[in-house]
Amino acid sequence: MINILKRFLPFLGTVIAFLVHVLIEDDIEHPEAEDTYYSYFLYFFLTATFIIGVVSFFLKNFRAKLEHSGPFWGGVGVVVAIIDIAIGKYALLPVLFFPKYDNILAMFFEGYDIILKCIWHSTKLLVLGFVYGSVIGFITGVFLGFSKKFNYWVNPYIKLIGPIPATIWIPISLTIFPTPFGASVFIVALSVWFSVALMTSSAIQSVPKAYFEVSRTLGASGAFQVFRVGIPAAMPSIFLGVFYGIINAFLALMTAEMFGAKYGIGWYISWQKAMLVYSGVYAGIIVIAVYCMLILTLLFKFRDKVLNWQKGTLKW
Amino acid sequence: MVTENKEQLKGAIHIEDLVKTFISNEGETVTALNGVNLDIPPGSFVSLIGPSGCGKTTLLRQIAGLATPTSGGVFVDGKKVTKPGADRGFAFQQATLFPWLNIRDNIALGLKARHIYKEHKQDVDEFIETVGLKGFEKSYPHELSGGMNQRASLARALVGHPNILLLDEPLGALDAFTRMAMQDEIHRLWETYKTTMVMVTHDVDEALYLSNYVVVMKARPSKIEQVIHIDLPFPRARTQDLFVAYRKKILEILNFAGKIPEPEYYL
Repeated sequence: MINILKRFLPFLGTVIAFLVHVLIEDDIEHPEAEDTYYSYFLYFFLTATFIIGVVSFFLKNFRAKLEHSGPFWGGVGVVVAIIDIAIGKYALLPVLFFPKYDNILAMFFEGYDIILKCIWHSTKLLVLGFVYGSVIGFITGVFLGFSKKFNYWVNPYIKLIGPIPATIWIPISLTIFPTPFGASVFIVALSVWFSVALMTSSAIQSVPKAYFEVSRTLGASGAFQVFRVGIPAAMPSIFLGVFYGIINAFLALMTAEMFGAKYGIGWYISWQKAMLVYSGVYAGIIVIAVYCMLILTLLFKFRDKVLNWQKGTLKW
Repeated sequence: MVTENKEQLKGAIHIEDLVKTFISNEGETVTALNGVNLDIPPGSFVSLIGPSGCGKTTLLRQIAGLATPTSGGVFVDGKKVTKPGADRGFAFQQATLFPWLNIRDNIALGLKARHIYKEHKQDVDEFIETVGLKGFEKSYPHELSGGMNQRASLARALVGHPNILLLDEPLGALDAFTRMAMQDEIHRLWETYKTTMVMVTHDVDEALYLSNYVVVMKARPSKIEQVIHIDLPFPRARTQDLFVAYRKKILEILNFAGKIPEPEYYL
């Protein structure tokens, strides 16, 4: 019985949010949106959470998962309702900076085309910057890790340049690159490059010497030791570098887009802020949050695939 | 007949005036090996035994080519050793399997490194069977016990059919019972493949149980004290009289035989 309840907690949470919304009038200080978007939003989730609860009777694995996560999502419904009371219903905070749900959702319903365009623009920038940055960072790291000469001549420069926030270079890169887009890609790539290079080189340098000795006594060539011993052994830390790199990239992306860009999520937020449309700012923040979460989930999924062998030895 | 046999058996080790010195952290010159001369006939099982700091591991690494001598040299089948090679397998104290490879890929590592895996696939299967790891090919090292990992590491060192197998306390990290079982395993591998075995150990019983020759080394200055030919047939029993007598002899050379103090009064 209690388990069935757990499976319907997401639905009950949504019911609470819905009751709060229909039973209490919105504060009149809030400007009215063109439509009752928040109601649509709640109808959708009432239906979805109810269907999920029913479906769980038929799917065994899903049932166990839902019993675990059900209470959390029920709690989310309550949090949504509390925020609604504080902001939408009683306007406890200044309405200009804290718009009600209807107005935030209106940004999605009425301006989805521009938001999608912004997501697409940011994705192009992020993917290009991330790929360039991590590939070059990886190569730099491998050379730093394996070659003493390279380390001697190049490492001091990397130590000097690396820790500087990549966004510092925005004014210079804007003059070097013919387009603001190219400049932004460069900034994102630079921010990824350092953490990947650093983690790769330090990971390779801390590979147990015994691994190389084993492979040498088995008749391994130098190339084999680099590609089949050193790099695989360093892979978990390299991935950590990629993880830090992508977080740096988000930061750099948002900053870079605020200069000279025509689209992009970072640009969207600064544009909405400039026009004092705070509902747009929140819409942008929601997009960024979901976007970053999706990318990190993808990255972790990829890691689990590549570093399958790590299962049981290390988790982060 | 005799000459033909000599041609067949490879893996003779000749060590000539081998000197190895290190510079310590304090800047002093430390002599790890002080002019070692030793001839190991092919197909024999030699144990290097002695206290810590007597240079036995250094000597083993010299034969492997993992370190270069200060002067003198090691010759394997008449050729001077300058670097590690697939003709000399090496089993380390820790199994040092690669955690990202499963047991089968770990054992096949040397064959893959030398690009001869395709022709020798069945050798890998044979060795998995020999060391009793059938059914665990797809397991990862962290899923198996220390003894099983060590067996995989022996298979990895032997699968390329080296003429010589160098063992650096390969059983040192195992518990006493696993250790005795593994000694039988090593003995069986030696009898099957006729590999020249050189093993570093701290364990007198282990050396006696497995070897034709026990090389007793001493520290400060590090040198070979005595080479003892163990003239006992295999299989050996750890409790037989001659075995015990050999143990007494070795412990006496190492000054570890101990002494029961004479009582002052007899009643």
